[in-house]
Amino acid sequence: MTGETTAALLATTSGGYLLVLAIMLPLIGTIAIVLLGGQRAERVALVVAPLGLVIAAAILASVWSSGQPLVYIVGGWRPPLGLALRSDGISAVMIAITAIVMCATVLFARGQFRGPAPGVEGRAQMVFWSLLLAVWGALNAVFLGDDLFNLYVALELLTFGAVPLVCLDGRAETLSAALRYLLFALMGSVLYLLGVALIYGAYGTLDIVLLAGVVRSEPVIWVAVALMTVGLIAKTALFPLHLWLPNAHAGAPAAASAILSALVVKGSFFLILRLWFDVMPGQIHLPAQILGFLGAGAILLGSVLALRQARLKLLIAYSTIAQIGYLFLLFPLAVGSGIASPFASIAWTAGLLQLASHAFAKAAMFMAAGMIYEALGHDRIDRLGGAGRVVPIAVFAFAIGGLSLMGLPPSGGFSAKWMLLQASVGEGQWWWIIVITLGGLLAAGYIFRVISPTLIQPFPAPELKAVVPVSRQGVALALALFAVLLGFVPLEPWPLLQIGRTAVEAHLP
Amino acid sequence: MNAATLFGLCGAVLVGLGLYGIIVHHEPIRKILAFNLLGGGVFVLFGIIARRGAAAGFGGDPVPQALVITGIVVAFSASAVAVTLVMRLFEVNEAARREARSGHSAEDAG
Repeated sequence: MTGETTAALLATTSGGYLLVLAIMLPLIGTIAIVLLGGQRAERVALVVAPLGLVIAAAILASVWSSGQPLVYIVGGWRPPLGLALRSDGISAVMIAITAIVMCATVLFARGQFRGPAPGVEGRAQMVFWSLLLAVWGALNAVFLGDDLFNLYVALELLTFGAVPLVCLDGRAETLSAALRYLLFALMGSVLYLLGVALIYGAYGTLDIVLLAGVVRSEPVIWVAVALMTVGLIAKTALFPLHLWLPNAHAGAPAAASAILSALVVKGSFFLILRLWFDVMPGQIHLPAQILGFLGAGAILLGSVLALRQARLKLLIAYSTIAQIGYLFLLFPLAVGSGIASPFASIAWTAGLLQLASHAFAKAAMFMAAGMIYEALGHDRIDRLGGAGRVVPIAVFAFAIGGLSLMGLPPSGGFSAKWMLLQASVGEGQWWWIIVITLGGLLAAGYIFRVISPTLIQPFPAPELKAVVPVSRQGVALALALFAVLLGFVPLEPWPLLQIGRTAVEAHLP
Repeated sequence: MNAATLFGLCGAVLVGLGLYGIIVHHEPIRKILAFNLLGGGVFVLFGIIARRGAAAGFGGDPVPQALVITGIVVAFSASAVAVTLVMRLFEVNEAARREARSGHSAEDAG
């Protein structure tokens, strides 16, 4: 690697301050809520959310138009001693997805966590809004961090924000689900930290860009990255470390489930991508195949278990396990036969498209499930009759989100799965084709299991527990439509997702 | 065997014990303790790395030492969150048990 390319990668670019804002703004919101009290929490979130969306759009626009990553050197101290924030193409896309889902969640959750009486502060009010913004800030820090230890801190922040969201209602079941989630996450983060220690010991730097230049294929880096990957897999809930996910995601209030399933698990997935594609040198075919097989296991097991659930929220949570599995098919297919760079491969785009469409669709489905629960007072799938009449837009949003999960056109899920199939054929790895097709079929099974009873009008009509306003149902529908809109993108590798990647690659030996 | 190797082995033993504890034990408190043992092993490892990386007249490389301090703070807050959850869970379960018992005795009296 030449000194000049490194210098260019590690200097603050114009607009670099946007990256600091993206992390700081939600965290300032969290602190403001703590200072101002729970009663003003909702208003703070309503101010922060649109600003966050604007910042995310500015980052995306800047990276897109310049074709160069945004970099900010914190405090002017350059790595290896200082810390860098860097937004390449995929970071910018992740930040944009996060901002959209967060804004939708804020709109959806408005008025949901009021105090026990007007003028009285509720516990959930304070906790939900402050942690929602904390999770947002932590996610942005995960997407922008360029230093492995800094990323560890961001990951922990994410965990501490996400765990209490699981047990907002304080029931024994959700408390034990949260505890289980926390223990899995803590084991994951210690393993990650162990890997960080080994890497620092071997190379004396933790900056991803600098590491990419000095890492050689030797035992210490393999051990370190293996440990870190196992830790991150536990946080991502990839099969076989998925056991904590269903109860945690199904037990949380709908607004919290939406961000837990749509965004939080993607944070640690993003780091696995960074580790294997940015830090590790060259030959990663075998580990990529292993990750792919774990993904395949997740698709089959998650889908089959989703089919057998009696409760709607658990069904959606198991479907998250299956959909996370698809993300890991990216590894064997993008590494591929090595003709071109992995980032220019069709599987790279397919994986990120799957990530985006799952984020939108799953958030919409959890919101819809929450509204069905509010309206009917339960979420037992065999007694969903009449839901299509009382919360029609929510059921419609669920169905459209389901389209994307099944992979029916037009939807982001269809495009992603189609490109994964294309990549499997192109790479001659036929075994993934079976898994992708079976997964789609099973998804169709569990989605129809939910849709068909909602369309029946039972007699006597179910008792309506609460009237769900159309505006909240509309939020879920808007998210589901985002997932559909992603189905109209061109079915080819996107240049946007390669921005900042070739620069890292250029100085690989 | 020099001091660095000895400390390295200690770290490895702690990591091993911690991992074993987390996987084998069912009680949350034991798991939290095992997590701290595992974390302790990792922190010792950071200490060795600081010692080995020492150069230019320093007694140790300051970067891993700074990392350890942050790591300890994070691990401490993690333990605090976990213990709070365990205590809350215990309280809720205890309240439910008491209610069930008083419900039974009310039935008996009735």
